[in-house]
Amino acid sequence: MISALVGGVFTPFNYQFFTNGIIVATIAGGLCGLLGVFVVLRGMSYIGHGLSHAVFGGAAASAVMGINYFIGAGVWGIISGVLIGRIARKRLIGADAAIGVVTTASFALGLALLNRYGQAQKSIEAVLFGSVLGVKPIDILAVVLVTVLTVVLILAFYRALLFATFDPEVAEVSGVRVAWVEALLMAMLSLTILVTMRVIGTLLISAMLVIPASTARMLTNSFARMLWISPFIGAVTAGVGMYASYFLDTSASATIILTATLVFIAVYALAGIRGRSRIAHVHHV
Amino acid sequence: MSPEVLVECAHISCAYDSAFVVHDVHFTVRKGDFVGIVGPSGSGKTTLLKAVLGAIKPQSGHVTMKPGLRMGYVPQVESVDWNFPVTVLEVMVMTRSKVGRRPRITAEERTAALEVLDRLGLGGLQDRHIRELSGGQQQRVFVARALFHQPELLILDEPTSGVDIRTRHEVLHLLADLHDDGVSIVLTTHDLNGLAAHLPRMVCLNREMIADGAPIDVLTSEVLEKTYGAPMEVLLHEGMPVVLDHGGTDVAKRLGKLL
Repeated sequence: MISALVGGVFTPFNYQFFTNGIIVATIAGGLCGLLGVFVVLRGMSYIGHGLSHAVFGGAAASAVMGINYFIGAGVWGIISGVLIGRIARKRLIGADAAIGVVTTASFALGLALLNRYGQAQKSIEAVLFGSVLGVKPIDILAVVLVTVLTVVLILAFYRALLFATFDPEVAEVSGVRVAWVEALLMAMLSLTILVTMRVIGTLLISAMLVIPASTARMLTNSFARMLWISPFIGAVTAGVGMYASYFLDTSASATIILTATLVFIAVYALAGIRGRSRIAHVHHV
Repeated sequence: MSPEVLVECAHISCAYDSAFVVHDVHFTVRKGDFVGIVGPSGSGKTTLLKAVLGAIKPQSGHVTMKPGLRMGYVPQVESVDWNFPVTVLEVMVMTRSKVGRRPRITAEERTAALEVLDRLGLGGLQDRHIRELSGGQQQRVFVARALFHQPELLILDEPTSGVDIRTRHEVLHLLADLHDDGVSIVLTTHDLNGLAAHLPRMVCLNREMIADGAPIDVLTSEVLEKTYGAPMEVLLHEGMPVVLDHGGTDVAKRLGKLL
């Protein structure tokens, strides 16, 4: 009986698609957790949400035009990310409205293109909600490459990123090229959304950018510690969520988000007033 | 440019969205200066500071700096996110943000930062989160960060805004000590009696330069009315000019508090 139970625990791994899926989900969760630190501390949750919608437009357009997904959606995503960053940085009146219009228009364009020219229903569902069945070896390679690139860039630009996040005005006069640093961050965010979208899906990806980092914020008062606690929470909840989805027969992305949310609620309950107050002060753009 | 001149703003005009915030202002900072810039809200004080810092380019006129000038900038404490997860030491070394610098704070950086913190009476607080400090300590941490590079010119935006009287005294004494040590200082303030009147030089600004000189010469009813657009009286108390704001006494009269 014990051997049957142990065998059952490993059953999902008999399927290659599941093994691929759990690898991608775990790395993607960690990657989202890492960049989520900047998203949460800079109050960019809305931008992350909008950017995932913009990338969807690029994904749909590249599918319809027969362009490679990573190239088409990648270029579209990076351009959208840098533009959104510029709009937000200029703090123009109605910047949030401008971001909302641009990103939802991109999303709507993607939907319309898929309706008109694509294999509509299947493609739309896969991109909106993620699809573990659609994970291919190239997806694993892409998410690994973007993760390595992100870690290298964060290590190389650690202090500039920290300074520009905490105090952009003084960073600028101290010689940090804040506009450049922010463009870099938006490009990293776009690439992250691009390579994780096929697993987690457009609609839920912003949750993975926000929940692990917010949970980490309640647990620590240190930026450096947040940078490893948040990816750890992201990776573990994504892996566990993916695994649980097999037995629960639920959507992988939804189960991942729900797992991360459960961890958030548990930490919120245990963190005390001091821990909770740390996320109460996080501002949003 | 004379070697004594640190920054010269030659007839600069700065605009946001085509509306002039600073118009044809000529302002020179010399070695040893301790200048307070006063003026109403929206008079262009912060814009002038940013022009001095080289953070904004004027629409007309030009800013010339002494080659290799080291400047330190202290922003308004109200603009700081005190909940941000950083310690005092991390705030200090942030200014060393050149690409390729390792995330970990080096022993040399730590020693140099602790020296500055000790000098400013913040010894032992290096590992505290910035939120855990008193108002005076928070202000001094940002002064300490600006001093980390041993600036020749220290620029402060509203250093006593939103602080209590005790903290204001602490900040004033700290700035006086730094000035004694040879640091030139330019600051903006709304505090005419508590801060500006005590400085060797003050500038009255309201988009245009209204006056520039010693407080005893600059603080006159005419200059203040031109600067603030409201009647003010200036009295002398132990040789120091004291500004009386008639707005308050008018209200008190209306409320029957005065005879």
